[in-house]
Amino acid sequence: MKRSFGEKVFDCFNVMLMLLTAFVTLYPVWYVCIASLSSGIEVTNGNVIWWIKNFELQAYKQLFANKEIWISYGNTFFYSIAGTMLNMLLTVTGAYALSKKRLMGRKLFMTLILITMWFSPGILPQYITFRNYGLIDTRLGILLCGAVTAFNLILMRTYFESVPDSMEEAAKLDGAADFQVFRMVFLPLSGSALITIALYYFVGRWNAYFWSMILLKDPDKIPLQVHLKKLVVEMTANDSERGNIDYTVTSRETTIYATIVISIIPMLIIYPFIQKFFVKGVMIGAVKG
Amino acid sequence: MRLLNTDGSRFKRNLLRDRQLYLMLFPCILYYILFYYVPVYGIQIAFKDYQPYVGILQSKWVGLKHFKSFFGSPYAFRIIRNTFLISFYSMIFTFPLTIILALLFNELRCKWFKTAVQTISYLPYFISTVVVAGLVVSFLSPTAGIVNTVLEKMGMEKIYFLIKPEYFRTIFVAMGGWQGIGFGTIVYTSALCSIDNTLYEAAAVDGVSRWKRIIHITLPGIMPTIAVMLIIRMGSLLSVGSESIILLYQPITYETADVISSYVYRNGLVESNYSYAAAVDLFNGIISLVLVVISNMLSKKIGGSGIW
Repeated sequence: MKRSFGEKVFDCFNVMLMLLTAFVTLYPVWYVCIASLSSGIEVTNGNVIWWIKNFELQAYKQLFANKEIWISYGNTFFYSIAGTMLNMLLTVTGAYALSKKRLMGRKLFMTLILITMWFSPGILPQYITFRNYGLIDTRLGILLCGAVTAFNLILMRTYFESVPDSMEEAAKLDGAADFQVFRMVFLPLSGSALITIALYYFVGRWNAYFWSMILLKDPDKIPLQVHLKKLVVEMTANDSERGNIDYTVTSRETTIYATIVISIIPMLIIYPFIQKFFVKGVMIGAVKG
Repeated sequence: MRLLNTDGSRFKRNLLRDRQLYLMLFPCILYYILFYYVPVYGIQIAFKDYQPYVGILQSKWVGLKHFKSFFGSPYAFRIIRNTFLISFYSMIFTFPLTIILALLFNELRCKWFKTAVQTISYLPYFISTVVVAGLVVSFLSPTAGIVNTVLEKMGMEKIYFLIKPEYFRTIFVAMGGWQGIGFGTIVYTSALCSIDNTLYEAAAVDGVSRWKRIIHITLPGIMPTIAVMLIIRMGSLLSVGSESIILLYQPITYETADVISSYVYRNGLVESNYSYAAAVDLFNGIISLVLVVISNMLSKKIGGSGIW
């Protein structure tokens, strides 16, 4: 197919727009990386724009010396991994049971779950409930926060429903009970759906901060995001007061950049590989929605 | 009597037959009861003077006292207005841009380039709100921020963006756009895939220009998706999460930045006015519920399917 002149201009323009989009998306991340590796004074003076100036690892040295950061980093790993396991356990079993049309009360249970998507009881009743259960300042409390998301549950149920009934019937004829059908037939068939949901939960857990901030007081239990939040809010508050450049501040700025870098590095590494599962998740949702 | 009896035995039989399924369902339902329905029961504190040491049940009923004092305060108008405006601006900015970006992706000819740009555009979705807010704060910082550095190099004056109420909404909406637009295109990309290819081929044979193909084939093809997404978005017109607001606002910008959820957070969890905050939150929750129900009804009407 021959392209007219107008089309060529459009294609050219489009590619340029795309490059601009990529730039706008990547530049902040790039900037944080190079700034964290540059000297604080250069960053403050605004000399770091495209590339590292006066390479130094001062910020990372400070970071490595800071025990709190590593404790919170470890906590983030724990909450993300253990939390995702709990999420999966509750979501997948629940979704499987709800995918069976023969289940009595299925409609009622579905309604009970759908309501949670439409109306929130609000943060105070939720907070008071956590307190009444004695879950304030406990790791268990964090794991139980958002242990099932209705959206993911429905996604998983939709997937299970798409498996042909004949698979189950065949297994049942061989004398398999529901547990066995679930474990031997449905789970092996659902690999990609399981990974999709697990990743949704994992990324959500990794990036969550709000409830951890509310529920946790003990600095030994907070995840990295809460730690980072303290740094960020401090920075905002200081900005409105500070006038002149002060050198303790400059080193703090690069420290924050370095903290941001270590907090996003795991995501930066895995996201190109996992993003296709997220795309799939949106598509399953879109087919249903 | 007889009918009841057979019904009863069938009930028991089904229960017995599916006992393993019920066992699998149990933890999930228990979770919802303990962590959703118990808090729903706790909403009553909005109509009481809740004292932590007395408990929910023993606290005194005060009727609509908290609602009255909220609507009587000067904050009611301010935070409802801010919530609506922030949400509305973010919709009119983000919504069309998402569609345009998806269409532009679709027009790319080079396959690997398309995949690369798409993948890059999803990146911000994987970065946490705290980090994004951190980026915003440090980029806009009056001393070391890159934005002010550039302004200064261009011979302009530095601006303390985050302490100026007039900039807050713009900053906030732009931040949300940066985070969500790329990932938001996925829904449209999947809708674009489902457009019948023969339509394009026929149009190409007839010599229809590319622009006309976009207008007459592509856009109508994704129209149902656009309509449903728009309606869903309208359903959340009065919900702006406190999570990103409280990272960026300061007392000096409350005038334009304070939204319902951040007000609830501050009053309830920082200042411990549990009942008052719960009342404000309940008001917000009910409004949101009404909006979602209406939007869902609308989307069912036009698309034949709602968001479940």
